[in-house]
Formats: sequence, C-alpha cells, structure tokens
Amino acid sequence: MSATAANRELPGIYHKAGSLRAERRWALWVAYASLTVAAIIFLAPPFYMLITSLKGSAEIAGMTGSPWLVRNPTLDNFVAILTSPMFQRFMLNSLIITGCVVAITMVVSVLAAFALARMRFWGSQALATGVFLTYLVPDTLLFIPLYQIVGGLGLLNSIWGLVLVYPTLTVPFCTWIMIGYFASIPKELDEAALIDGATWPQMLIKIFIPVALPGIIAATIFAFTVSWAAFVYPTAFVTTPDQMPLTIGVVSQLVRADTFAWGQIMAGALMAALPPVVIYAFLMDYYIAGLTAGATKG
Amino acid sequence: MAEVSLRKIVKAYEGDVQAVKGIDLEIADHEFCVLVGPSGCGKSTTLRMIAGLEEITSGEISIGGTVVNDIPPRDRDIAMVFQNYALYPHMSVYDNMAFGLLLRKFPKAEIDRRVKEAARILDITVLLDRKPKALSGGQRQRVAMGRAIVRDPKVFLFDEPLSNLDAKLRVQMRTEIKKVHQTVKTTTVYVTHDQVEAMTLADRVVVMNHGIIEQVGPPQELYHRPATRFVAGFIGSPAMNFIPARLENGAAALNLVLADGSVLPVPEDRTARYKPHAGRAVLLGLRPEHLTEPREGRGTYADIAIQPEVIEPMGMETLVHFHMGEARDLCARIDPTLSASPGAPLRLTADMAHMHLLDPESGRVV
Repeated sequence: MSATAANRELPGIYHKAGSLRAERRWALWVAYASLTVAAIIFLAPPFYMLITSLKGSAEIAGMTGSPWLVRNPTLDNFVAILTSPMFQRFMLNSLIITGCVVAITMVVSVLAAFALARMRFWGSQALATGVFLTYLVPDTLLFIPLYQIVGGLGLLNSIWGLVLVYPTLTVPFCTWIMIGYFASIPKELDEAALIDGATWPQMLIKIFIPVALPGIIAATIFAFTVSWAAFVYPTAFVTTPDQMPLTIGVVSQLVRADTFAWGQIMAGALMAALPPVVIYAFLMDYYIAGLTAGATKG
Repeated sequence: MAEVSLRKIVKAYEGDVQAVKGIDLEIADHEFCVLVGPSGCGKSTTLRMIAGLEEITSGEISIGGTVVNDIPPRDRDIAMVFQNYALYPHMSVYDNMAFGLLLRKFPKAEIDRRVKEAARILDITVLLDRKPKALSGGQRQRVAMGRAIVRDPKVFLFDEPLSNLDAKLRVQMRTEIKKVHQTVKTTTVYVTHDQVEAMTLADRVVVMNHGIIEQVGPPQELYHRPATRFVAGFIGSPAMNFIPARLENGAAALNLVLADGSVLPVPEDRTARYKPHAGRAVLLGLRPEHLTEPREGRGTYADIAIQPEVIEPMGMETLVHFHMGEARDLCARIDPTLSASPGAPLRLTADMAHMHLLDPESGRVV
C-alpha cells in the first residue's frame, strides 16, 4: 500500500474512532444525569435530617423560611441525645443485640454454607434452595406466629427475644451469599487440602474461611445492617424503654403524646445511622467483592 | 516408595455409565507411569480413584501392598499435583509447601529443612515469601510440585499438570519433572492427553480409550509395535496413515493392492505372519516418516504417486498432506530441500519394512 493511499484512508479510521468516543461521551452524560437524580433522591432525607437536627425547637416550630436552611445552627439536640441515659441504653441494647446476632448468624451461615456447597449429601441442593426461599418470606408475615413462640419461651419484652428471632432474617441470606462464595472456590483446593492431610473442620478453618474472607465480610455487613435497622420485630416484641433498641427507642420515647421532639428525633436517627455508614465506608470493596464473587467466578 | 496395583477397577456413575471398565494395572516401585488418552477415556478418573478422591465402584487398589479402597486420601501417603496448581492463595509459597507437614505435626526444624531442600531442587528458593498470585504459571507449577516433594510420599500423582502452560514453558517444565523424578525416584502416576508428554516422560505408557486400557508398554514399544489401531493412531505426531488395501498372494510373496490398483510388496520376513489374512481386506499402517521421497538402497520399497493437497514446511522436514481414494488425511515426511507444491504430482516411497497390517474389523494389528 502506498503512503498516499494510506493517508487517504486515515480520516475514515479517525471518523470511526470519533464516533465511538461520541457514543461513550453520550453514555457518560446519561449515566451521570441518572446517578445525580438518584443521589438527590436518596440523600435528600438524611440531609433534611441533618438540617433539622441542627435547628432549635423554636426554629423548627416556626415554619418560616426554607426548611432546607438553618438560620441559627445549634448542637443542643446532639448534646441532649448523647447525654440522655435513655439514648445510651438504646445504643447499648442495639450493640448487644447486633453483636450477638452477627456472631450467631456467621457461625450458623458459614457452617451451613460449607456443608451445602462442599459436602455432597442427599438433598443438599434442595436444602440450599429451601434456605434461600425462607428469606423470601417477609417479616411482616412472621411476627404474629413468632410472637407466640417468643411468648412461649418467656422472652417477650427482652433483648434476648430479639437475639433469638433476628437470625431468622439474617441466616438464610447470609448462608446464600456464602454458598455462592464457597462454590466459587476451585474444588481442587479442598482436594489438595484433603490429600495434604486436612480434616473437614481444618479445611474450613485453615483454607475456606481465609479464602472466602470477602464473602464472610459481605455477609457480616448484611447481618449487621439487618439487625441494626430491624423495626417490625422490636416494635412487636418489646414494650419497655430499658429493652428497646435504637430504632424504636428514638421514635417511641422522643414522642410524648402529640409532642414531637423533632430536633432530637433527627439527631438520634442520624446517630443511629452512623455505625452502618462507617462500616460500609471502610468495607465497601469487600462487600462488593463478596456479593459478586459467585456471579463472576462460575 | 511403593508399587501401585489396580485390580479389576470399575467406576460407574448414575445411569450405569461406566467411566472405567474393569482395568488391571501394576505400577512398579520407582516407575514413572503415564496414563494417556483422549478426553473422557477414564484416565483422570483412574488417577482420582488412586488418590481416594473418587469412590471405586468395584475392584481393588493397593499402594505398597496395602489395599486402600477404604482409606481416606490423607492416610494413603500420596501427593498430588493438579492442573490448576490448587495452591492456597492466602498462604506464602513456604506455607503452601509446609501446610501438609504442619497438619502431620512434623517438628518445625524438619519442616524448614524439607521445604528448603525442595525449594533448592526446584530452584524456587527466592520465591518462598511470595504469595501464589505474584508467581507466573511455571513458578506456580513448581510450587505445586514442591508441595508434593516435601511430603516425601509413597506415590506422586500428576493430573495434567502442564495443560495450563504455554507451549514453550510446557517443554521446559516437562524436563523439570523428569529431572525431579530422576532425583527423588518416587513412584509416579501421571495423567495427560498429550502423547508427546507421555512419550518423553514415561518409563511405561498406559494408553486408555473408552474406559479400558488399549496397551501398556515402554514408549518405543508403543510407537513401533502398537497393538491396536487406536494406539497406532494416537501415539505419534503426525499420526500414522491408514490406507485400505487387499492382501493378495503374489508369485513369490504377498502383495498389498490399493484401491487405485497400486501393488505394494510385503517384506518376505512378514509372509508367514500375514499369510492367514491373504485374500482379505486389510488396513496398511505407515508412519509419515516411512512415506518419504524416493530413496535407493537395500530394503522393501514401493513407489506411490500422489497429488499433495497441503505442504507444511517445518524447517527440519516438510509435511505433505494428501489423500488416496477413500484414504483421507494422509501425511508424508519429506526432505525440506525437495520442491513440492499443492496439486503438482509427487512420487513418494513407502518403506514397507516398517509397515503395519491391521484387521479393519477388530482394529487389532496383525
């Protein structure tokens, strides 16, 4: 091919590349626009909470000016909440419940997922599907029969009743995540461990748990979030403030008849939302890796 | 170190699908035995049964004189190298190699000595602190071998260990494996679908097909004296040519008459062996190197006229692909200095002293 001929073809090549770039630019614009709208929709409520929590009661009740602006910012609501023994009790209850639920969930899920993903036994496939199907039953359908069970065990109005029932929400999904993650670990790895002399428990502890750490962290974050944010079960099973977790404590104890302490409610809600936000911020990469592992590794 | 014995081994899956159909095999102490065959022939299943990773439907496997049918893999005193290396990704090279010894509660000093010795043999001492993800394919395979060596087991099992490597590295690692075996001399069972690997590594090759053993023997014996059409076609690259012919009684000796009427003389020393098949349709088997440019000298040669379809210059030789009547995919090896071009008539010489005669019905070499 002569140099002249090559030069004549160049504009065509550039045109093609240029059109690809234009398409990409257009796609990026659409993506950014959609993400901006989504971000506004999802960030508006917490932003409103933050603004309201920085206002005094008079400013909130005044209903003058834009509700999205603070004229006289104050930290009084946060101080009141943080120094309130009741709020500290709610926080402690939430921490105890969530800590116990996460621990129970992870022990049960990891063992169940390991057995279902790796130990070939009759009905293991059906059992794995069954575990996931239980997750599809909403807690609003379960709380009445569970009320009977928790009541029968004498655990109504107790944080231990919540520790007992929350795993019914967390274990199925976490087991399902872990089955996917364990299944993505090459089978030769356990065969190599078996030949190296490992027993099944050794294989789980020394090989599977370290290799599946991103999946385990993803499941832990899920269990933490579900347990921390649970609302229906504590509303149904707990009645006295000393046993309440944050989610219902803030809304039930900061509303007196028709008087709403909006500033403190918003400050309390923000404080309650802080732990999951911090955890997600630090472990987001593991969470995504854990959730997508089964889908991408076959 | 130990011998491995397989007696009437059957592996059947659900629906009575038999992957391995009652094979018998004796592997001697220190021997390097290669199981070779196409995909689905049962070679990997056989290896996995020796390892204890697959249950045996019937039959008996013994290692070092002990029947191991009901013994779990960890107690069989074997080590296995996998196709995808199967290194523990969260452990360093050192820890990968030491893992089996730690589980067996070896003293720390002994573990350290063995790991360093294996690393020296495999030339991976500088890699001991690295994680598997920081290693190349060849290095990973070396580590996998190191993990096997440190255990000093009775038997090494290799399951297509070179299949994930590129062609150049495969040749290099093949030599490494042979060197290691010459050093440690552990009884080795090696599975591959690559007949070149089988020929170059093995003391004895076991050719498997459809769950049975077609032939067992040293590489040269399999190459020069195949027992069946499958072995004759599977061992050797390019594969042996099979040409339909008729065995006829000639004036003085036997002749092979091809479909186009060409008459090829059968060497006199084969007359007695082939005589009972006179008058029957047979298959003439000739390796490409015995179908060459015309040559002179003592021997039983026969000229064949062909029209090349494809010419493949390989440097040290040229491969000529052609067909003769119904016999397709035939191949000849000729001198690279000779000129040959597709479609241009070419005369070849068949070196009948190296011919094989096959019964087309049974597929067995006569």
